[in-house]
Order: sequence, then structure tokens, then C-alpha cells
Amino acid sequence: MALVLTEEQSMLRDSARGLISDKAPVSHLRSLRDSKDPTGFSKELWHSFAEMGFSGLLVPEEFGGSGLGFMEAGIVMEEIGRTLMPSPFLATSVVAASALNRGGNAAQKSEFLPKISNGSLLATLAIDEGAKHRPLQTSLQAVRAGNGFKLSGAKALVVDGHVADLFIVAARTAGSAGERDGLTLFLVNPKAKGVAIERTIMVDAHNAARIELSNVEVDADSVLGEVDQGAALLDGVLDIGRGAVAAEMVGLSDEVFNRTVEYLKNRKQFGKLIGEFQALQHRAAELYVDIEITRAATMKALQALDADVAKAASAVAVAKARAGTTATRAVQEGVQMHGGMGMTDQFDIGFFMKRARVCEELFGDTNYHTEQLARARGY
Amino acid sequence: MSETETADLEQFRSETRAWLEANCPPEMRKPAASDGDVFWGGRNAKFSSEPQRIWFERMRDKGWTVPDWPKEYGGGGLSAAEHKVLRSEMGRIGARPPLSSFGIWMLGPALLKYGNEAQKKEHLPKIAAGLIRWCQGYSEPNAGSDLASLQTRAESDGDDFVITGSKIWTSYANYADWIFCLVRTDSAAKKHDGISFILFDMTSKGVTTKPILLISGYSPFCETFFDGVRVPKSHVVGTVNRGWDVAKYLLQHERAMISGMGERGVGRPLGQIAADSVGSDAQGKLDDSMLRGRIANFDVDEAALAACAERAVDLAKAGQAHPAFSSAMKYYGTELNKRRYEILMSAGGVDALEWESERSRQGARSRAWLRTKANSIEGGTTEVMLGIVAKRILDLPGA
Repeated sequence: MALVLTEEQSMLRDSARGLISDKAPVSHLRSLRDSKDPTGFSKELWHSFAEMGFSGLLVPEEFGGSGLGFMEAGIVMEEIGRTLMPSPFLATSVVAASALNRGGNAAQKSEFLPKISNGSLLATLAIDEGAKHRPLQTSLQAVRAGNGFKLSGAKALVVDGHVADLFIVAARTAGSAGERDGLTLFLVNPKAKGVAIERTIMVDAHNAARIELSNVEVDADSVLGEVDQGAALLDGVLDIGRGAVAAEMVGLSDEVFNRTVEYLKNRKQFGKLIGEFQALQHRAAELYVDIEITRAATMKALQALDADVAKAASAVAVAKARAGTTATRAVQEGVQMHGGMGMTDQFDIGFFMKRARVCEELFGDTNYHTEQLARARGY
Repeated sequence: MSETETADLEQFRSETRAWLEANCPPEMRKPAASDGDVFWGGRNAKFSSEPQRIWFERMRDKGWTVPDWPKEYGGGGLSAAEHKVLRSEMGRIGARPPLSSFGIWMLGPALLKYGNEAQKKEHLPKIAAGLIRWCQGYSEPNAGSDLASLQTRAESDGDDFVITGSKIWTSYANYADWIFCLVRTDSAAKKHDGISFILFDMTSKGVTTKPILLISGYSPFCETFFDGVRVPKSHVVGTVNRGWDVAKYLLQHERAMISGMGERGVGRPLGQIAADSVGSDAQGKLDDSMLRGRIANFDVDEAALAACAERAVDLAKAGQAHPAFSSAMKYYGTELNKRRYEILMSAGGVDALEWESERSRQGARSRAWLRTKANSIEGGTTEVMLGIVAKRILDLPGA
């Protein structure tokens, strides 16, 4: 398949860009932050996303969705990255929808997927426990109790955790931290007894929470996929999330870069436009090439996911690792080349730096994914 | 793509796969061991092995030395999508190109765009069949990065031009049959406006070559001297004094070629090559964690660049490519190849330092390492490439 957008994909990009740039420029994030908005995103915009078929973009048509692929999800994520729009799209429409669609039984799919499609249900994956993303280190315990399980343990960086209607919790039903066997995914109602949720205000002013489960009772129907064998399902879902975050980081990097090049063409010092200085020209050119290469790697990963999620791991690792280094370079060059203005809160560029840092940690950072590639290649 | 087109393409893929399986000798399913093991064609061509001859002749007979050129000029007449399938199927089994040629990589595309019908009919089939080996007369002692300041003169004399001057860094000029050459046909015009692109036989009276010994101990480049070489005016490609257009177009292809020079995706993974010399621990991890990290970082960048190279081709076929993008690829691909060889030298340690021994295949690795240092100089330096990106793609001022 060619690594260029099809006509339909270009149209999708244009409509996503039209809506997002119009309704959710960076000032939208700024006002949510400054007003300490209790929801952390615009419900009105989320309705628009549902009306345009974005919230159910990955959901099959039989469950009211658009039945599109990861390439299309990446296109929407890239546009979200351009304006840093806070949106449940990543947690609900990409990660949770994929978990339910890939791991759910008929009853689970028909209960939840239509509600994701129409925008009435927010869901999120609760995975990380320590400071770094280490899925196999999961130690949140699920012990059998009667006909179901009791869950105890804590999760961090649960995106949209304080507003979600459904948690998908990675837990350990057997074995010990570090082992692949013994992982199970559970559907947990955030209002269940024993669930404590703490919204964590993050550096990027996007939604996240810490949750703590104390003997939370769930019945056997709450298992997503198979007991003890959740690792394969989790791998696929995480790779889908990684591909999506890489696409967001490409959009973010590209936007920072465009703003920075524009500044180089307007800012004068020493009687010259600073863009005339070769030192800055070459740095800008290197960054441009970095972004184009990362964009191609990300498209490649999304195409690989569309072809076969189970075989996409290396392509995804390359994309997420590259996205991390590229976005980090883009935001640092962005701030540096904007000089003192880049350090002010009044100027938007800092928002991009903050979001890039969070995206880098989401679902594994550059080092994590570089390590995965080395292991996959057997050295 | 319609369902019929997709089905046709799948049919082409399975036929191609079967044909390659049946026709590509096992010896040709790995990268050339050395420069001497690469087939360049030409009047004095010699095959280094029987499998090399068989592979070349079979591919030539299908027009697959130049799969996407029109059949009337000796090509395979493949569509963009079919060409991509062929490349991926060749990549799948590690099949090496049957013919290496500046005629294929550089002159051919320029002739297809700027050549007249007689020139295309005369030269393209001979390139496709590996009958004529070409070299490139671009750089001069005083015209390197500033190529357009070249001084080799072509004086009009009746139906001929008489060419006098010298070129440098002419790759394999001592083995070449013909040269495509930039000459100044109007010394009064501004420097870009008085250049013509001309073709002539290297056996013409007045042509001499002198190999240049490089730090690698090899002499892949020559100094080339022209002393009153007489060339018919009909050998000018495009319009007289408009050769710079042809030269720039050809440079895009040259840069795309050089950016692809690294042995991407073929042969053994770097991590396993390193394991041979530094060893691995009980879990199979390289016994040098810092080197392992460098290799992994390299592998990420290499895989990403491969995706970008694929995308560059797709964009070009879709008519969406920026003409200067090959400069971006050239910069990154050559810097990456230098990184690859720094890692290989580090992985090889003392063993990689031997210069003259059977054990080291006459210092193959260290010589190849030194060779890569030219990658970011030849065909336009990294700094020139970055300048082109800044000026032509980013539209930065005064660049």
C-alpha cells in the first residue's frame, strides 16, 4: 500500500482539521486550564465528534460506528496534536474501543460499543502502576471470590480517569510481576464500592487520574478476553494506542515547526531576519527532515496495524521511539528559536513542550520502544 | 485502487515471486561482498562469477535491469505499483540488483525527460542491456559545492564543440565508455545560464584519466582531462546553455541514489554482527550495553528512514513530491550510513583494524568505513543539502 493519503483520507483530514482548528485552537486548552474546568474537555465538542462519526471511528458499523481503520484514527490524532485539543478520542475511541472490539464477547460489545459511537460513554484503560510504563510489571491483584473477583491495587496516568464511565483495568490473576502469563483485563465501574479516584492535574493540563481499588468486587462477566491470558490482547491494544500517540506527536511536532519557521521569517535582529542566519537554517532543515522521517515511520506503523495488529509490534516500536525523539527536538528548538518569548506562558509554544513530555511517557517512552526493537531483533 | 486492479497486482506478485524463486541464483541473494563483486556492465565488462552472469542475463531479458522504463527503450514497462511489488519481492529474498550503473541511476532519467527521440533510441537500450558504462563529468578542481562555477570550455566549431578543461572526482572514469558532462558554452552569461549538458565517448582523442588514491586505499575516482576533444553538437541534451536544468534534475536522482547506498534491510542485522565480536550474555543481550543502545538507536532511525524512502517514491508517483526532497533524503541517508560504519568499527574492535590480511579480507571493513566518509561530500555536501532544504522547501530568507 502506498504511503500517501487516499482521497477519502484527505477528506477526513480536512474535515477533522476544519472542526478542530475552528473550535479548539490552543486557546481552547488554555481556557480549560485557566478556568480549572471540572471536566477537562468540551462536552459540546465531543458531541460534534460523535455527530461527525469520529467517536465511533474504529467501531464496526453493526455497533453504530464508522468502521474505519487505524490510519484514519491516526489522521484525527494528528489534527488533535496540532492544536493540543483535550479530547476523550484517544482513551475512549481509540484505546478502549479497540480493547472492547478485540477482546469483548458479544454481550460486552453490544452493551458498550454503541454508546462509544454515540458519544454517551467514556472509557479508559488503566495500565501503569509505577513511574514508568512497564505492562508486564502489573501487580494490581485480582483474586477469585465467589462467582467473580476482588480487585486491589493502584493505577496512575489513567487518562480521563476522573470522568470515565468505564475502566478497563489490567490486573494480575496469577504469577508475579514481570511475568507474561497471569494478566487479565477487567471491566470496572468507576462508581463501584472500593474505587477511589484522584484527578491529577498534569503539566500539560490534559486529563489524568490516579485510581485506587480496595477489594472492588466484579462478577465473572466483567472479564475482558480470557483469564490469565490477557497479555496478547493488551499488547495489541497498547500498540494501537502507541500508534495513535505517535500520530499525535507528529501533528504536534509539525505545528511547532511551522510556527517556528514562521517566526524565523519575521523576527529581526542585527538588522536581519534571524532566518537568514545559516546556523538557524541548518537546524531548521535538520528538524524538517526528522519530522518527515517520523511521519513516514508513523504512517508505516498505522498501515501495519491495519494489516495485522499482531504483526505490527516492530513498526509501532520504531514509530513511537522516533516520535519521542522528534517531538522532543521540535519543542526544544521551538522554544530556543523563539528566544525569551518562548519562555512566557502568554505564548503558546510552551503548551506544546508540556504535551510532548506527556506523550513521550504515554504507553512507553523512546528508550522503552528502542529496547523492544533490540529484543525483537535478537541482540 | 479498484478490486480488479488489486487482484491483478496480487497476480503479478505471485508470478513475480515464483519467477524470482526459479531464476535468482542463491549466490545472488546476498549483498555483494566487495566492490569487485558488483556488475557494472560496459564494453570491457567481466562477470566475477557464473551466477552473476546468469542473474544479469535473465533480468536483462525481462527488461528488469530498468523495470519502470518503457519497453521500447529496453525497459520492463512496469507500472509504479508493479515496480514497487518487484522491489519488495526482490527485497524479500535479498536479491541484489543485477546491474549497477550510473546510466540507470542518473543519465537514464535525465534522457527520458530531456533527451530527443534519437538520443533516447541510441543510448537507453544500451544502458538497459549493460553494453555501455557511463561516468559523470560534473565537479572540477575549482567547482565543488559551487558546481555552477565550472570552467571546462566548449568552443563552437562548425557542427562540433571543442572541449577543453578538467574534471575531478569522476567516479570510475578509467573504466567508463562514455561520459555525461557539464561544459561552459557561454562564458559571458551568468554562471547558471552558460552551461550545456553533453555526451561523448571516452575513447575520443584528447581524453585522459588519472585515478586518485583515497584514504581507503582504493581509487574509485579520477581526475579527467579534456584537451581539444571534438564532440558533435547533436550530442547536447536539451537546449544549449540550458544544461543547468538537466544537471539539477539529474542531481535529484543522484542524491536519491546516494541516500540509498546504505545496506538497508539486507544482510544480517547490525546487532548480530556485533554479537560475533563482543559476545552476548545469558539472555542473548550484547555484552556491551552502551554499544547495544547505539545499535538500537541506529536501527530505529534506519527503519524510519526506509519508510521515508518508500514514501518519497510513493509521493513522486502520486505527483505530490517536493522536487528538492531528494536533498533531504541524501543528507539523512549519508549521515546514517556513516553512523552505521562507526558502529561496525566499534563492534569489530581490534579485528576491524587489520588492513592487509586474508582474515580481514584485505581490510574490507576499515576500507568501507573510510569510504563512507565521502557519502556526505559527494553529490552535494550535507551542508549544501541542508541549505537547499532551507531555501527551497522551507523558503527561509537569504538562503
